[in-house]
Amino acid sequence: METDRTRIKAFLSRKVKNHDLRDHENIFAMGFVNSLFAMQLVLFLEKEFGITVENEDLEIENFQTVNAIANLVESKRLQPV
Amino acid sequence: MRIELTTQQENDREGFRAFVDSRVVPQADLMDQQEQTPRDLIDEMAKRGYLGAVLPKEFGGAGMDAITCGILYEEIGRGCSSLRSLLTVHHMVATAILKWGSKIQKEYLLPRLASGAMIAAFGLSEPEAGSDAASVQTTAVLRGDSYVLKGTKKWITYGQIADLFLIFARCDEQPTAFLVERTRPGFSTRAISGMLGVRGSMLAELRLEDCVIPKDNLVCRVGLGISHVAGTALDLGRYSVACGCVGIAQACLDASLDYTSKRWQFGSYLKDHQLIQQMITGMVTNTKAARLLCYHAGSLRDSRDPRAIMETSIAKYFASTTATRVANDAVQVHGANGCSNDYPVQRYARDARIMEIIEGSTQIQQINIARDAYDAR
Repeated sequence: METDRTRIKAFLSRKVKNHDLRDHENIFAMGFVNSLFAMQLVLFLEKEFGITVENEDLEIENFQTVNAIANLVESKRLQPV
Repeated sequence: MRIELTTQQENDREGFRAFVDSRVVPQADLMDQQEQTPRDLIDEMAKRGYLGAVLPKEFGGAGMDAITCGILYEEIGRGCSSLRSLLTVHHMVATAILKWGSKIQKEYLLPRLASGAMIAAFGLSEPEAGSDAASVQTTAVLRGDSYVLKGTKKWITYGQIADLFLIFARCDEQPTAFLVERTRPGFSTRAISGMLGVRGSMLAELRLEDCVIPKDNLVCRVGLGISHVAGTALDLGRYSVACGCVGIAQACLDASLDYTSKRWQFGSYLKDHQLIQQMITGMVTNTKAARLLCYHAGSLRDSRDPRAIMETSIAKYFASTTATRVANDAVQVHGANGCSNDYPVQRYARDARIMEIIEGSTQIQQINIARDAYDAR
């Protein structure tokens, strides 16, 4: 999980400038999430972690923080294929 | 790093090229003049698997990789940008359903879209909403087990003939995507004619007058219509337009090489004049550069790399502006002949102009590309 968080943070940090993003900080409240970034985030998660982001995963709570995204990744890994 | 097509991709290109040269090129000027696309040409593309190119085989698609799809867009675009636009909007809807559609939507619609039993169109633009996509005014209200849609869509490519529309509307004040079949009560279309370019693409205005659709026709979730559904569709749309623009530029180059080798002025062929050679050089170089950007974007798309989105924007920006410049030069090289119906370069120039407006205008691409460049610092 810790490694996942680091990889997620590294991706998000490309958008979050001059700020040490913490695991519980709400990235939507920081104002940089637009539709292009939303798509890039989906592609990043799918490629980086070998998961498929589906309709039912698109709860905003799943994407608000580094912790939430890491939890989503972990729960997707545990899902039977 | 190797930038080289596989043998299969080369073979596919030959197949696409043969189809375009024998079936599309001979009809393209007439399609432009009559503002129509012959149904048999669409059926033939369906039979060849082109309508299902982006869909996996499990849904009856051809399962082509992104680079092969790009070659298909380029070759069809070389012959006729209207026909390439059909592939674009049809594939945009198919891709959006594949990614964000429900299980039932996928199982019922995707095989039909792959076979061409249904033609799909993309309903985002409105009289008062273009680049500012999130400002759509069409509304959707949930009533029992149905949504009721109200509004007008404009400039909808192949809206005259499509069977299925991906419509974007405000639901609970949030942008949301819905599937609307042509047969739904309250749905009607009005043909739009007299456009500058892509005149064979059978544009229509769509009217949704208390149009009732089942609740299950919602795509993805309320509020995610633009960010995810349109985002997925437009990303594919940008890629296909970029590749189609390479086709326009190649057609301009081919026509110019041919014309300047036959046209005799000032005691020599045009091709022997250095100012003509300068224009040809620009065409060759920029067309190749645009193609390489498309291949690069295609390669990233195949590996599902998040950079694919921005590289696709860059390819679309460069290829569409290149197509405009190359087509202008092609008209210039042809002189008065290039302005007449006797030569196709005037069509290429008009079509290229449209490419800088659709699927994100040149200015929208510039904003996104520049922002990304600052983000990358």
